[in-house]
Amino acid sequence: MQFIQERLNYLFKSTKGLILLAIAMIGLETALFGMLSGPMADFGIRDIVVKLFNMDLVQAEREGRIIILYHSIAMAVVAIEVYMVTGLLKMKELYKVTSRILVTIGYLMAMIFGMGFAYWGHLWPLHGLYIAGLTLIFFAGLFLAIGLWPWNKAVYQSDKTYSRTKNGVDIERLAFFATAVTTLISAYFGAIPGSYFGNGFEVFLAENIIRYPEKTTMEYSIIGHLHIMLALIAIMLTLIIGRWMDFKGVLHKIAMPLMILGTVVLNLGVWGVVTPLEPVAHMIIYVGATPSMLAALMLVIFGWNKLIRTGISGIERPTAWQKFKALGRDPLKFGPLWQMVFMNFTVSGIGIMMAVKLDEIFRLWPAREERIELTGHWHILSAIIATIILLYYGDMIGLKGRVRRWYGWAIIILSDLAFASMTIFEMKRLFISEAEQQPLVNTVMLLADFGLGMLLVILAMVMIWRLLDLFKKKGRWTVEVDQDDLAMKVEL
Amino acid sequence: MRPARCYLILAIIILTACTSVDLEAPIPIYDPGVDPESWVVIPAGEFLTGQHNDSKLIDYDYEIMVTDVTVAQYLDFLNVALADGTLKVSADSVVGFYPGDEFQGVKHEIEITAADYIFIPLNDPASRFTFDGTKFTVKQGYENHPMTNVSWFGAWGYCGYNSNRLPTELEWEKAARGTSDSRPFPWGEEIARNNANFYSSRDPFEDMSSFGSRTSPVGFYNGQVYDGYQTLDSASPYGLYDMTGNVWQWTGNVYEGQHYRYMRGGSKDTYDMDLRIWVRNNATPTYFSPGVGFRCARGGE
Repeated sequence: MQFIQERLNYLFKSTKGLILLAIAMIGLETALFGMLSGPMADFGIRDIVVKLFNMDLVQAEREGRIIILYHSIAMAVVAIEVYMVTGLLKMKELYKVTSRILVTIGYLMAMIFGMGFAYWGHLWPLHGLYIAGLTLIFFAGLFLAIGLWPWNKAVYQSDKTYSRTKNGVDIERLAFFATAVTTLISAYFGAIPGSYFGNGFEVFLAENIIRYPEKTTMEYSIIGHLHIMLALIAIMLTLIIGRWMDFKGVLHKIAMPLMILGTVVLNLGVWGVVTPLEPVAHMIIYVGATPSMLAALMLVIFGWNKLIRTGISGIERPTAWQKFKALGRDPLKFGPLWQMVFMNFTVSGIGIMMAVKLDEIFRLWPAREERIELTGHWHILSAIIATIILLYYGDMIGLKGRVRRWYGWAIIILSDLAFASMTIFEMKRLFISEAEQQPLVNTVMLLADFGLGMLLVILAMVMIWRLLDLFKKKGRWTVEVDQDDLAMKVEL
Repeated sequence: MRPARCYLILAIIILTACTSVDLEAPIPIYDPGVDPESWVVIPAGEFLTGQHNDSKLIDYDYEIMVTDVTVAQYLDFLNVALADGTLKVSADSVVGFYPGDEFQGVKHEIEITAADYIFIPLNDPASRFTFDGTKFTVKQGYENHPMTNVSWFGAWGYCGYNSNRLPTELEWEKAARGTSDSRPFPWGEEIARNNANFYSSRDPFEDMSSFGSRTSPVGFYNGQVYDGYQTLDSASPYGLYDMTGNVWQWTGNVYEGQHYRYMRGGSKDTYDMDLRIWVRNNATPTYFSPGVGFRCARGGE
């Protein structure tokens, strides 16, 4: 009994245990439900999985299933961010513990009961429990936001190398706070129309109505919600990575106000879609996105500069090659920042190009092509977020030496191979006709599946290793269980 | 494995993307025995429409073609209409007159004025015909395949030339679904690979390692066995074939505030989810593709 109690204590009470559990749950869900679509359906694996697990996949309910699937994965990611924020920033124990308890119960309920409802017949009490799970996550966010309150003198920033006001208010903390609060408000933009459309399961996917010239307020709200929530998850993760890297100095002082400005304006733009501001909402969103992306760029410059300086310390006159090698010496530190840069090619760049050339190019193609481009680029953004978390997690659990390098570079190379392939797939109509596309499609799908598949294999290996570790009396978990502060490293 | 070997393997894989596609590869020739000239009457009455089964009434009888318009049928039209001056060759396409649509100036809306518009392209390698400057001829084996690479104007023009019209979306949906239930596919609740021609459905016309999916003859999925390939009888409740899969089908609605034209039914190039009856696709009316065709309707105006 004590054996189980100690392990549960680790998994549900320690920062690193909670993160491990959430990653494992996402990994399991992705592996299982990823077998239901795309090439897995082509190969006939979907049929086997459906029969093996006795799933009930009603054709008319596909869109609803997918929405619940997206939400259940996203909630686990939100939970990971809550654990990271509460592990990195000072806050009262009450808010830290409460937000963690609520978000953990919430995402597990949303995942287990939501997926049960969506894929194994419509047992409505499960839907109720799924909604209850989402609600708990909202309340976790409330406690987190209160805990992050930046005008509490106990959390003022005394170190002048960080972004702060004259009287000491921590601007970085304010950025965390602004992101948390706007996330809570933006959740309503999904919750309200979700209640409306979900009543009777009459749901739709936003990408399917994108060309309708007239959309209802509820429909606009859904479109705004899905865009902003992913953006906010990405912004929060950027702040987390900044704290992990100990982002400070002049760039920090410029970046943090920009991040706050960007986050607020971005949100105002999205909220504007349900107001008379709708015609200019996109312009407001662009205006908001720019400072946020500039702030992220400053983090990248700071982080890479720091990696280079650390890597060449001791070398009197480092050459450019030595600096370059120093930059990539630690893939777990280099990777998250590189993924942010790579995102510009596969997500932001594509999005901007689509917006600029929408009527000239993209809307001359059928709506189904536009759907591929839209869903492709936000799937890539979601996956980039996941890889950044995995890279940070690798550092968090103290991977060292060759394992650290292989784990880090494998995540970076495999994921970028997949993302680049998917980007070519999305944009293929720019350079190849429908009749001649099959060899190209085969190749990019193969590379994308290989990249993502191998990524899941690596994740599975890490998870199995961590599972086996849990059976050891003096395993790594026994050290991690007391490491509530994420700045602490495992030394084994 | 050494990095150099990894790069070599990757380079070889990427090079396979540059393989050229033989669009003239021989195609199996089958006669499903379904008459492309046949029509059925869809009687007036209520039916369930859309994903969420809203009850709708179509208060008139109308007729609709049992199959998509075939390449042979369309080329007959082209030859006659070119000869009588209804259509003309302009640059690398066949064009015909369209009287234009009311323009609302809505965001993203493009004005469709009264003018000549493309019906079909002449030099697209994916087209299933040849043109010697005066006469169109079907490429061998494609006579009974659905006409593709035809724009919405080309579909509208064909139906109109024969005093018919394109079906509205609602008419199309009723003809595909019938009135007795809320089935997602014309033949019932579930889809198997031999119900219809869709992406990677492993029919005799596809080769996913080279040219990918190709059209199948109209009425192919009628329960017959073709050289050992067993099809399921996939007619709609009214006896229509290929209502889903094979080619997207242009429909006739011109909606206020948008220039897009809507298509139904999914195609040889889409996953099975797009073959669900309520799924819509749309494109500009000048768009043409080897995966888009049409059928006509008449009556009820």
